[in-house]
Amino acid sequence: MMSKINFLKPDKSNLYTFLYLGSFLFFVSFLDVLLNSFFSLNITGFLPSFLSFLLPLILGFIGLYFIRIELSGIKQLDLLNKHINTNNFNAVLSLLIIFIILKSIPPILSWFFIDASFAGDSKDVCTGSGACWTYIKVWMRRFMYGMYPNGEQWRINLSFIALALLGSVGYFATDRFKKYLTLYYVVIYPFIAFLFIFFFISGGPVFFDFSYGIIAAILSIIIGFFVPNKFKFYYFLIVPFALYVLLKYFIFYEELIELGKLDGLNWVETGAWGGLSLTFIISFFCLIFCFPIGMAFALGRRSGFPLIRYISIGFIEFWRGVPLITVLFMSAVMFPMFLPADFFIDKLVRCIIAISLFEAAYVAEVIRGGLQALPRGQYEAAKSLGMGYWRMHIFVILPQALKLVIPGIANTFLALVKDTPLIFVVGLLEIVGMLNLAKTNPEWLGFAMEGYVFAAIIFWIICYAMSKYSYNLEEKYKTDR
Amino acid sequence: MNFKLKDIGPQLITVLVVVLVFGFFTYNAQVNMENRGIDFGYGFLSQESSFDVQFSLIEYDGSHSYFRAYLVGLLNTILVSVIGIILATILGVIVGIARLSPNYLINKFAAFYVEFFRNIPLLLQIFFWYFAALRALPLPQDAEPMFGISFLTIKGLFVPAFIWQNFNIFFYSIVAAIITIIVIRYQAKKLQENQGKQIPVLLISIGLLLILPLLSFLIGGVRLEFEIPVLKQLATTSFIYEGGVSLPPELIALALSLSLYTATFIAECVRAGIQGVGKGQKEAAASIGLTPNQVLKLVIMPQALRIIIPPTTNQYLNLTKNSSLAAAIAYPDLVLVFAGTALMQTGKAIEIVSITMFTYLSLSISISLFMNWYNKKIAIQEK
Repeated sequence: MMSKINFLKPDKSNLYTFLYLGSFLFFVSFLDVLLNSFFSLNITGFLPSFLSFLLPLILGFIGLYFIRIELSGIKQLDLLNKHINTNNFNAVLSLLIIFIILKSIPPILSWFFIDASFAGDSKDVCTGSGACWTYIKVWMRRFMYGMYPNGEQWRINLSFIALALLGSVGYFATDRFKKYLTLYYVVIYPFIAFLFIFFFISGGPVFFDFSYGIIAAILSIIIGFFVPNKFKFYYFLIVPFALYVLLKYFIFYEELIELGKLDGLNWVETGAWGGLSLTFIISFFCLIFCFPIGMAFALGRRSGFPLIRYISIGFIEFWRGVPLITVLFMSAVMFPMFLPADFFIDKLVRCIIAISLFEAAYVAEVIRGGLQALPRGQYEAAKSLGMGYWRMHIFVILPQALKLVIPGIANTFLALVKDTPLIFVVGLLEIVGMLNLAKTNPEWLGFAMEGYVFAAIIFWIICYAMSKYSYNLEEKYKTDR
Repeated sequence: MNFKLKDIGPQLITVLVVVLVFGFFTYNAQVNMENRGIDFGYGFLSQESSFDVQFSLIEYDGSHSYFRAYLVGLLNTILVSVIGIILATILGVIVGIARLSPNYLINKFAAFYVEFFRNIPLLLQIFFWYFAALRALPLPQDAEPMFGISFLTIKGLFVPAFIWQNFNIFFYSIVAAIITIIVIRYQAKKLQENQGKQIPVLLISIGLLLILPLLSFLIGGVRLEFEIPVLKQLATTSFIYEGGVSLPPELIALALSLSLYTATFIAECVRAGIQGVGKGQKEAAASIGLTPNQVLKLVIMPQALRIIIPPTTNQYLNLTKNSSLAAAIAYPDLVLVFAGTALMQTGKAIEIVSITMFTYLSLSISISLFMNWYNKKIAIQEK
């Protein structure tokens, strides 16, 4: 049944004519761009230049116009029409995107892989037009560890591995230990992390403090099994610290160290720390500190006491109103003026304090959103059970409010990670700072692009993984309300 | 009045702690400044600054005061923020709408853009554009003209300058057009509410905006000429363009990265806003016989804007604060000029950092006050 064909109006009665013709035209346009971009062949070179340039678009457009037949009965065709070919405008946009992707694949591939140089360890191998990954390879240790001495870098690796293992305890905890997890993550884990990073990565004679800390922690956990449940919370709050002090000042003898029987790790000052490991260290500590501070100010802002409320509002609005870079400026040039002259705080510590306070204000606002979103009934129900302020918040309000604000918290933490490069203001060089340093090295001039692309890939992976993880958490803790 | 210890106890302790901390800081600051022989005061603002700034919107050189240097930095910050906000809004709205497109390719393309640019630190993006991408541009002598009149080179973008005659008449004509449009809109709204009649406000507005300035050219004696940048040789290998307006590469890199970065967040706001309007609204509007355009204009947009505008304003604020990253690539903004150079020269750390922070603080507090007012105004009046 062959009826008259009106080319301006594709219809179902001539379905296959239009389908073959349209597909052919579309295929020709696709082929033209493909050949042009992958093999730099111009099969339409005989035409005037602008026509040759626009021809694939015109052909593809006509092709898509022909195959745009509603309810054709062919499943794939209907799907294609629905997704990329709903009307003329969409067809043009789809074509443009297909062509842009086709056009951009070869240069990207050749820059990243085909023309890039991977081998060797000097600048001489980088002669091709592609990326010089040799540069990244040679500078890898600097990008990862900053100026940290090469021989000592195993300490950073070991610390991070240990912290990752200790951090994953929650996944393996049996039901019996599940109730201690909060205590573990809020008090013990940050404490151990602090010991690791401060004493193990810093090294020096203070390394022994670290070993005291570990011994104190292990001892207190062992004794902890025999403590009645009722006192366990207070026990873990006090005893580890008390043991630590006891060990440090009364039991171990400093003479052993001086005799050389126990040789500490070499001391590495924080100024030499850098690279990606510093990004992790700063993000980790700021993340740990900004959360409780932010929670306190969120509660303060909703407090019934007017003075506490106003102080909280002032704190939050102040930090939210200024850019981080001025806060870091303040910590670098203004803060030392506010301390006694002989009192010195390490640059890194000042930095961590500044970023934590800054992010805490954002965390506070996010948590306040969660607190406000809870229905009044929750407060009233908790009060009617005779709960006091703290009991009500710890057991009823905060668990629900925090569940609600997981995406917001995750976004704040993402912002924190992305803000760490700003510490260049105080002279600390994490990965982006190290890139800028390496870029100015006279032996390796002209490889800025490779460095930035490398750092961008790393940051992208970290941030993307974090946002996906927060999405999973959100799904996991979603309760029907 | 009977005070209970339970009520005032916590407040008293908090206030005491705050006062003690502040007192401790102030005391130390005084002692430290005495020891170093620095006196506290804002008198330095009127002193001669004796440093130069590379790019400035107002006339400025070393003989001007520190206060003028502050103004130069502030204006540069505002300039890059305004450019960034305009570009980010345009891009963000387009990408946000594209995210909702039924077209699979467009949808994924927009999603890719958002996920890509928002997960890379802004500072890294600024460095990338400034140190890597813009360094690949040609030298001034090798630059190809764009549209025959502008030149994009490694030393910046050179565009023609407008030279006006009787600019004030042109300006008044635009003001008159805007006032007329506002009056017409008001009347049209009244007409629609009272009698249900609609007049094509948009067409009239565009017409007015075109015709009145055109009349000022024809009758008012306004003249417009272009000054096209011309290549000039400074030394044997050094060339620069003279005449026209030159935008330094720092400004281009900063505006580009700020707008590309912030546009991803604005796109998400726009998407959330449009998605936030219930499907029923659209269907209900269509069922009472409104055309698709009317549905969008009268039903969807007013509700979507209510959701979109507050977070978008927040993003504008973020962009303005993020523009302080300019210091990293030596674009002379408030932080670089004032908190950088001026601080180094005067050593007045407390005064200068406090002024800088106060400037940003007043900016963001005024905007958030405005937002609170706006939110209250547009909030749905529920009984």
